[in-house]
Amino acid sequence: MSSSLLLIVLLGLSAVAFHLGRRRAIALGRASGSSRSLHSRPVYYGTLTALWCGLPALFIFALWQALESNIMVRLTISTLPEQIRSLPAAGLGLVINDIKNLAAGSSFGGIPDPVIEAAADYYRHLQELGGLLKGGTLTVLSLVAMVFGLSRLTPKLRARNQVEALVKVLLIICSTMAILTTIGIVLSVLFEALRFFQKVPLTDFLFGLEWSPQTAIRTDQVGSSGAFGAVPVFAGTLMISALAMLVAVPIGLMSAIYLAEYAGKKVRAVAKPLIEILAGVPTVVYGFFAALVVAPFIRDLGAHLGISVSSESALAAGLIMGIMIIPFIMSISDDVINAVPQTLRDGSYALGATKNETVRRVLLPAALPGIVGGVLLAVSRAIGETMIVVMAAGLSAKLTANPLQAVTTVTVQIVTLLVGDQEFDSPKTLAAFALGLLLFLITLLLNVTALYIVRKYREQYE
Amino acid sequence: MSQQKISTIELVNKGLAKRYRAEKRFRLIGLGAIVLSLTFLAILFATITFNGYTAFQQTWLELTIFFDPQMLDAKNLRQADYDGLVKKSLRDNFPEVSGRSQKKDLYTLVSSGAAYKLQDMVVADTGIIGTTRQVWVPASDDVDMLIKGNIDRSQPESDRQLKDIQLAWIDQLVKEGRLAKRFNLAFFTAGDSREPELAGIFGATIGSAYMLLITLLLSFPVGVATAVYLEEFAKRNRWTDLVEVNINNLAAVPSIVFGLLGLAVFLNFFGLPRSSPLVGGLVMTLMTLPTIIIASRIALQSVPPSIREAALGIGASKMQTVIHHVLPLALPGMLTGTIIGMGRALGESAPLLMIGMVAFIVDIPGSLTDSATALPVQIYLWADCPEQAFMERTSAAIMVLLAFLVLMNGTAVLLRNRFERRW
Repeated sequence: MSSSLLLIVLLGLSAVAFHLGRRRAIALGRASGSSRSLHSRPVYYGTLTALWCGLPALFIFALWQALESNIMVRLTISTLPEQIRSLPAAGLGLVINDIKNLAAGSSFGGIPDPVIEAAADYYRHLQELGGLLKGGTLTVLSLVAMVFGLSRLTPKLRARNQVEALVKVLLIICSTMAILTTIGIVLSVLFEALRFFQKVPLTDFLFGLEWSPQTAIRTDQVGSSGAFGAVPVFAGTLMISALAMLVAVPIGLMSAIYLAEYAGKKVRAVAKPLIEILAGVPTVVYGFFAALVVAPFIRDLGAHLGISVSSESALAAGLIMGIMIIPFIMSISDDVINAVPQTLRDGSYALGATKNETVRRVLLPAALPGIVGGVLLAVSRAIGETMIVVMAAGLSAKLTANPLQAVTTVTVQIVTLLVGDQEFDSPKTLAAFALGLLLFLITLLLNVTALYIVRKYREQYE
Repeated sequence: MSQQKISTIELVNKGLAKRYRAEKRFRLIGLGAIVLSLTFLAILFATITFNGYTAFQQTWLELTIFFDPQMLDAKNLRQADYDGLVKKSLRDNFPEVSGRSQKKDLYTLVSSGAAYKLQDMVVADTGIIGTTRQVWVPASDDVDMLIKGNIDRSQPESDRQLKDIQLAWIDQLVKEGRLAKRFNLAFFTAGDSREPELAGIFGATIGSAYMLLITLLLSFPVGVATAVYLEEFAKRNRWTDLVEVNINNLAAVPSIVFGLLGLAVFLNFFGLPRSSPLVGGLVMTLMTLPTIIIASRIALQSVPPSIREAALGIGASKMQTVIHHVLPLALPGMLTGTIIGMGRALGESAPLLMIGMVAFIVDIPGSLTDSATALPVQIYLWADCPEQAFMERTSAAIMVLLAFLVLMNGTAVLLRNRFERRW
């Protein structure tokens, strides 16, 4: 029995249980006079029965599903001859993969090894057996649980309270997802990063000035050890982010000021959503635009002026990233400028200040904390932005202050190190996780600071 | 002394012209910023559309094919030499062509997909063996580019994808009416391919659809449940504060970090299949959850307390109040937030690179655990291809992606306008 079919059967049984439980509750109510003699409404009795029927079975189903393949693989390995079993983990993994593929019926040419074939047969046999066993056990279990649940129904049963308590537990479990995600991120990145730091000292990583993660295949090749100094990578990231901010902050802020203070209702209603479209455009589109339109344009322009510009210049990536961030800065600035109380404006106008003076001398100082918070969030976004730089920025980690040269960023390096086939214990792949850890920590710091500033600022005028 | 003294009003009037000029300047700068942003938007869309609209058409070539019974063994139709049929037909059409290299140049005018088309025809109807038919087959991408005007004839021959002699053949074909542009159906129905004229976005679209399905099924219930718990049930204490800070922070974590999480947890720890929409959906779920939770909480906050009090007042339990009264009123807002989150998930590609959804996959994924790619990743892959025809298709794929996003966000706006209630 396939897993999805089993799942449908289990859900179907729960639906049946709901119906039976509800009918039984109605019957019970009728038997003891009126339906008002029941503690809860019949729906709750039905739900309770359905939960009895479905929850334990679904729980075991999930557990089974998680453990099944592991156990089957172990059993299959135990049937293999000794010389295969004593292979190193990677080699054994390949054999297991072969067996699984063969068992799934996809042969890739050639006649398979009889040992592997036998193992595949055994594996397939285990799969069938496991499927039958799982289907049988769970169906019986849920039926038994349904009968048990039905037998528990009495008019006095506090069905509603029990159902509600359970739903509340579910709600609480759901709300811990956010924390679990954070823990998952920290642990997954941290463990691999720690393994990396066992091979490459932390100080080398943080303060090293050279980044060339390509470890050689042969030990006698030049640069076989690889160099993992993160400084040039972070310098590149900072340069592109700074360029992006140079574009986004003035344009975004001035747009927000114009929309909030000068524009009429109609202009505002049209221009704001239009600019916000820029925020909804997928980053891969910006990347395409930067790599195929903007970068060649800048290069040709440079050639025209007699300046040598790299075709993967930091300028192109930074410029496009800035355009992407404009609506972000605009929205936040617009919010905080609108949050400044009208009385401050009125006071300024009453003193004879022009609009521009009011904005610069009164509104901006009052809104500054909020704007700074918004800019910090935008910086965090620029640092973590991936697709634009992957498509438009370079790969070579150069330590340069010239925006016309190609630089690389943290996200580009993570992607290049991890895309494609990889062995999971070379410093090369682990370095990606170390970069990821640093990226996470930096953005975390920026986000928390920004959120703190914005929140504090909001409270100021409430 | 008293003559020199200037009254305040004179002082103000003196500076007034300058101040008004500054005011005007400031206003113009503001307007300029808006215009500049809108110009960027216009350039972006115009470039994409201008580059991409031609990809919705594809050049086809008419061949006179004799389905030679000697070359088509009725018992082994799948293995027959259909390529040979195409080549023979081309040779017949241009009898003057001689020599290996010239023939080779001739053969490249037709897409390698032509042989598959003939195979499909023969397999579908074996009766055509022995007859001569006029068959339209896709032309190669270079021919397509020339017909669409993307290859400059005035360039020297060595810089051009097509040789002079090939241009002459193409001109002859055009004169005979054997070359025509048709609607590019393959673009919408085919999977990826190394040949631009055969490549389509259907596989990637299905991959994206599977992924969004998982994301929707998981993130909507969990997101709403979290929001309901935090807004309606949780007491404010350290734990809920922690959860809140976490959610706000997760909303701003770079998407690529979620990719690292997916790689380390879902692929390496749980051993889920690489490149599958299942893993993509799980990663996207974690990524969109904060968006949905935040939107749902705002929707719940906007339901006035009087509704809750009325329900509690007539004896509903807390849970009944929430489920029967508060949730239905907050649902439109929650759905709006969910659609916006889904839109973001549809356009996101960075985490998918981490979990291996960047592979070259020709087949249309048939299940959640098949290898697949997603629409934005397909765009990324094609953007890397050197062929000019792929640039056109990349732009076209972007147009399709943007169309999906406009559709989703439009629905969200419509939903908000239709159901938003002011209390």
